[in-house]
This record gives sequence, C-alpha cells and structure tokens, in this order.
Amino acid sequence: MERVIDLATPLTAEQVTELKAGDRVTITGRIYTGRDAAHRRLFELIEKGEPLPIPLEGQVIYYVGPSPAAPGRVIGAAGPTTSYRMDAYTPKLLELGLKGMIGKGKRSEEVKAAIRRYKAVYMAAIGGAGALISRAVREAEVVAYEDLGPEAIRCLRVEGLPAVVVNDVHGNDLYVMGREAYRIR
Amino acid sequence: MRRIMVDRVREAVREAAARANFELGADTVKALEAAREREESAVGKEILERLLENAEIARTERIPMCQDTGLAVLFVELGQEVLLEGGEFNAALEEGIRLGYEEAYLRKSVCHPFTRANTGDNTPVIIHTEIVPGDRLKIWVVPKGGGSENMSRLFMLPPSAGWQGIKKRIVETVVEAGPNPCPPTILGIGIGGNFEGCALLAKKALLRPAGMPHPDPDIARKEQEILEEVNASGVGPQGLGGRVTSLAAHILMMPCHIASLPVAINLQCHANRHVEIEL
Repeated sequence: MERVIDLATPLTAEQVTELKAGDRVTITGRIYTGRDAAHRRLFELIEKGEPLPIPLEGQVIYYVGPSPAAPGRVIGAAGPTTSYRMDAYTPKLLELGLKGMIGKGKRSEEVKAAIRRYKAVYMAAIGGAGALISRAVREAEVVAYEDLGPEAIRCLRVEGLPAVVVNDVHGNDLYVMGREAYRIR
Repeated sequence: MRRIMVDRVREAVREAAARANFELGADTVKALEAAREREESAVGKEILERLLENAEIARTERIPMCQDTGLAVLFVELGQEVLLEGGEFNAALEEGIRLGYEEAYLRKSVCHPFTRANTGDNTPVIIHTEIVPGDRLKIWVVPKGGGSENMSRLFMLPPSAGWQGIKKRIVETVVEAGPNPCPPTILGIGIGGNFEGCALLAKKALLRPAGMPHPDPDIARKEQEILEEVNASGVGPQGLGGRVTSLAAHILMMPCHIASLPVAINLQCHANRHVEIEL
C-alpha cells in the first residue's frame, strides 16, 4: 500500500489496467452517485432499451446516499454504502462502459468476473467516515430521479477523494489478501 | 405520581436525535483510540486515525458522522409512578425524531418495503418500552445504520450446541460479514429467551458503554473469549486486514425453553450512536 495514485475521471481501460488491489488512490473529477433504487431504475431502462439519464462510458459510480446539505454546505455526510446490494445490476453497467465503482464491502463472483472482462475497477472508501469524505466534494447536483431523495443520482465534482483499490482487472481481491495477511490460525 | 408533559419528551428526543448523530460517545472514541494503538496493520491504523478525525469533524462542524443517520430505535424505561400528560406518548417520541431529523439535516432513511418509496420524515420509529419501578423516565435514542443491521443474524441452536456452538456461530457471523458492517464493530449478543426475546437482548446489549464488561465475571470472560477469536480472524478495520475487527463484545442473557438455545448477534458499526435521556 505504498503507492498513492491520482486518478482523474473519466477513466480509460489503460488507466484501470495499471491499478492493483491495495493501491491507494485519490479521485478527482466528476463522478455519479447511485445506490439501490437508482440502480434498479437504470437497469429497468436498459432492459426496455430506453436511453439512460447519465452517461456510463468511462464513468465512475459512487455508492452513496448523502445526508442533506445544511445551509452553506455543498453536501452532507457522504460516505460509501455497502456495495453487494448493487451486484445484481453491476455486470450490465460494466458491459455498457462503466469503468469505476466506489463503495465498501465485498462483491459477488459475477461482479469480479465482469471487472476483469470489461476492464474496470472497484474501490473502497472508508465506511462511516461521511463527515471527513464530504470535504472532498466541491460541487453536487441532482441529475436524475430527484423523487428518490437521498437515493437520487447526483453528479459530484470531487477533489482528492481517498479510496483504496479492492478488485482489479487482474483478479486480485484486497479483502481476501488483507485478511490472510493478519489471520491467526 | 410524578407528572411529565409529553411536550418535554418530544423536545428531549428532538435534541437527542441531532446529538446522537453529531457526537460520537466518549466510550466509542476511547475504544477507537485504544484500537489505533494496538492495530499492527499500517492501513488499519490509518483507517482508525481517519475515523477519529471524522468523529472530531462531525462534532465540531455539526455534520453527521455517517450519512446513514439510521432508523431511529428508542428504548424507554418508564417508571410506574410517572403520569404522562398532554398528549400521546408514542406520538411525542415519533414527533421528536421527525423534527430532529428535519432540522438537523439528517438523512431520511425509511421506505416502504415493496415500493421502496421513502416515507420522507424518517418515521415510523421502533419503540421498546419497559415499565420499571420508580418515578423516572429514561429514553435511549439509538439511530441504527442499515449496513451493520443487514449483517446481523439469529440462530435457533439445539441445546447440545452449548457454549462452543454459540461462539462458533458468533465468530462465523462476524467473519462472513467481513467489510460489510464497517468494522471495527461492536457485537451485541443475546443468548436465551426466545425468538424475538434474544434479538431484543442483542440490541439492548449495544446500549452498554463500549467495552464495559458484563457484571457477571463468567459472562465477562465469555465476552473476552469472543473478542479474542473475532480479532484473530484478520478481518481488521474496514475488512482490509488487521488485528482489530471488533472493539467490544457485549452479551445479555436470560433463561430459555428446555428445547431451545436462541442466539442473536446484532452488529453495530463504529458509528456507535446511543444517547441517554433522563426526565
């Protein structure tokens, strides 16, 4: 975990191929928020062959449902939510060009396979550090599904959002590697 | 009889909802500080450092420590010599949460189970009331996050499983949850009672200050045993590997049916929010 890599969005296949599980990254640029309900709606549109409200090619989705912004703030607390709940929808989004995901927690075998196949990356932000992470968010704008409240899709402009690479294109999984290194048998 | 107006109850809950989400309790801060000292993984140490920094930002800037400001759980101990006046008690509790969540810019995280439509005001709330002797009214405001709640488990074990069987299930639950419940966690463990009784014990065990041992030395030893096994798993802070997977294990126990051995594990993330009010 020595390397700290500055990652500018949108991402390319070349960029993500260089990332390895355990790399620390700081993300800068525009990313989209999306969690349970937004994923369900995006997936339904894809199934019906209808256009999506956000671009996917090269983009990064951050699994977050921020707390409301108090006056004078860009956003409220904005830490990651648990990622496995998006697993059912993720392979399809990766097939359509999604390149990065930020969340916390384990992914399914299907998602890990899709990460390898479509060359993408899954990164973890610190779960429960919502106040700290909110400092990296410079702009936030609801771009779709405003009726979902905290689950609406927002476009965020972030500067130096800290995360760590968990699942890379090479098939590594930091959750497995990290635990094995400290397991007492 | 001692009279308490329900307006006072509402106002106390309203204030506590915000405080619970902005101010991590001294018990949990202390547990995180101790964890930072003993964590051997460099990444784990840094995560614990960031979590302490996060708690400080939340406290000073009045921003929630976690965006998941939870489903509001309220534990009530109502003295039987208290007369509640001026309105409906449960409605006052719920109104306090509704107002507190709105004005403190806390997230509304409650929805219809099928349509997933948000109720918009973080209600309904979950209320557990116990009638106790005396003339005091105590309320614990416990916002509970979904990530750790989702990793909680209940087992109806055969009595032959014994302590070893109980321990095995608890450790398995924590290890299988891995990074999902935002470790380091606090383990609320209910043993005995029945199906719903042990679940309630598990949640109630989380009200104890983090790391305070059970008063019965035998149960306190069992808590320590669980903690040591869980922390030998290597899951570590945020599941990225390390020595500190859980900060504390709290057991509450009660007798059960001769045919049963119920065990519930309620996982609590490091955003261990519980504010106590006494009126």
